Amino acid sequence: MTVVQAAGAAAATTGAPVLEVRDLCVSFRTEGGSVSAVDRVTLDLAPGEIVGLVGESGCGKSVTAMSLAGLLPDSARVSGSVRLEGTELVGTRESVLRRVRGKEIAYIFQEPMTSLNPVLTVGRQIGEALQVHERMSRRAARARAVELLSLVGIPSPATRVDNYPHQLSGGMRQRVMIAMAVACGPKVLVADEPTTALDVTVQAGILKVLRDLRDRLGTTILIITHDLGVIADVADRVVVMYAGRIVERAPVTDLFAHPRHRYTAGLLSASPTPGVHAGSQRLQEIPGLVPVLSSQPDACTFADRCPAADARCRSAAPPLEPVGSTAADHLAACWHPCPTPRTQPEETTP
Amino acid sequence: MSRYLITRAWQSALTLLLSTVVVFLGVRALPGDPALALAGEDRSPEALAAIRHHYGLDQPLPLQFARYLGRVAQGDFGESIRTGVPVSSMLTTALPVTVELSVLAILIATALGVGAGVLAAVRRGRPAEWLANGLALVGLSVPHFWLGLLAILYLSVATGLFPASGFVPLGDDPVGNLHHLVLPAVILGTGLAAIIMRQTRSAMLDSLSSDYVRTAKAKGLRPRAVISRHALRNSLIVVVTIVGLQLGGLISGAVVTEQIFGLPGFGKMTIDAVFQRDYPVIQAVVLLTATAYIVINFLVDLLYSVIDPRIRVAGGAA
Repeated sequence: MTVVQAAGAAAATTGAPVLEVRDLCVSFRTEGGSVSAVDRVTLDLAPGEIVGLVGESGCGKSVTAMSLAGLLPDSARVSGSVRLEGTELVGTRESVLRRVRGKEIAYIFQEPMTSLNPVLTVGRQIGEALQVHERMSRRAARARAVELLSLVGIPSPATRVDNYPHQLSGGMRQRVMIAMAVACGPKVLVADEPTTALDVTVQAGILKVLRDLRDRLGTTILIITHDLGVIADVADRVVVMYAGRIVERAPVTDLFAHPRHRYTAGLLSASPTPGVHAGSQRLQEIPGLVPVLSSQPDACTFADRCPAADARCRSAAPPLEPVGSTAADHLAACWHPCPTPRTQPEETTP
Repeated sequence: MSRYLITRAWQSALTLLLSTVVVFLGVRALPGDPALALAGEDRSPEALAAIRHHYGLDQPLPLQFARYLGRVAQGDFGESIRTGVPVSSMLTTALPVTVELSVLAILIATALGVGAGVLAAVRRGRPAEWLANGLALVGLSVPHFWLGLLAILYLSVATGLFPASGFVPLGDDPVGNLHHLVLPAVILGTGLAAIIMRQTRSAMLDSLSSDYVRTAKAKGLRPRAVISRHALRNSLIVVVTIVGLQLGGLISGAVVTEQIFGLPGFGKMTIDAVFQRDYPVIQAVVLLTATAYIVINFLVDLLYSVIDPRIRVAGGAA
């Protein structure tokens, strides 16, 4: 796995990005006024890399993901830039976005039960994208669906293709979602909490399918999760979001070994690490909740929950910049980054 | 699937048998002796006994029921007490009118209701939704008979667009038949259309915000495909249920509508029979209405399993 990760990390530094996100801002009109969900998110996805987007519930990770292909509801106001191989997607016509969705940028969602249509066979649902984007006949699309089902590791795909979602187990449904997403060979696969609703054993299988897809088809994957274990398992690079902003960005080993942002450090010490937390040491929770912001303040949004916050943190937003760690592409937005190296780097390395 | 069908068919047959028992006992529980009603002037005990013997009313109830069941199974509903005409031949002329009227009303109501419901859900918060909601409110709250009278007044009497009353059999003149039935069918279907519209709208709003519709959009499908293939198909379960439940209302509505438009249907036959205390006719009418309900419910269940594969499997496993 480390070899694969190294290869992915290398690709991240050399290849021209498939997807460039610049200063992406998203706010929603609600009855209680405007709510800011994403603030100046900047992100590059290199071909064939797996990037993990982590954060607590409500930090804006799903909104960021949905905004990439313009899938947010009408109440969302999106600004900034999302470029897919140089083509601007923000503010583009629906007809253009429809050709991108499923064909260039495909999605996998959290709940495979509710995300699949209960009244259509899985073959039909996988075939739909092929019929639309590849102009395949229904019969050809069905034949291709069988191949895709076997690609994602579903046994006896020729009979499963005519099954309805309720006839499949949770893990198989998620494999169907993946087959559907990769049907047209997308450049970018966005997996929004793909394993959250599944058993741990099934999770491992799904993550393996995702890794295989990257290795075999060179698909770029943005995996969104709050589960640091998933990130440690598959990601090459990690992006940590807090209250709509990116607070830290680093190669996966670097982030786990030397988290620089206080929030990342908090996240890491809030999740159990074998060996460290087995004995007397208790898990550390981060006090407080993610704030809901009507507008983005010119301050660190984590300041109210941060043990190291001072007056500067509350009066100026820290920029996302290199923090002089072991890796050159380790960035954090913090006025008082954690000292490096951390006390137990070995145990927290995946 | 076939097991599900067999189970449902058995259930329907049992319900049908039970409803014949209820009809049979119900008519016998009505106050008044039919022999007295039939005897007329001659009320001597001998004459009454003769009448009772003629109609088998002197036999024990179980035997009477068995005979009744045997006759009904052969399509023999007895004769009208008033006219002496066999009830079965009265039904053969009256039933097609009502069946045609009801089917036409359902078709019109479903087309209007589903169309307006989908439009209201897709164009939420825009004038199209307000218009659909307003029309639904009118359709629900204005009584049929008044709407029917208005229609006759303005569309028949004043403009002559449609005939005000009467009926032409479908076999004789299909165009004339439709011409006579369209207006009554629209009037009869207004309430149903309004209910279907409201249910379709709320079911569509649910499916449009569902995860599978998000998936369909993320696949790059056109809005039309997302709405028809994904959202509407899932909303149809609700529509089918509503249509099934509302058919009772439709049948009683047909009674009134036929009276207003002077259609020689089942409803008119029922009203005449009730006013004239024509027991064999009432008995046949009630039994047929019950049968219609049972058959329709069976068809609704069949439709469910066509629309929703989950019901097919659940029924098959049971």
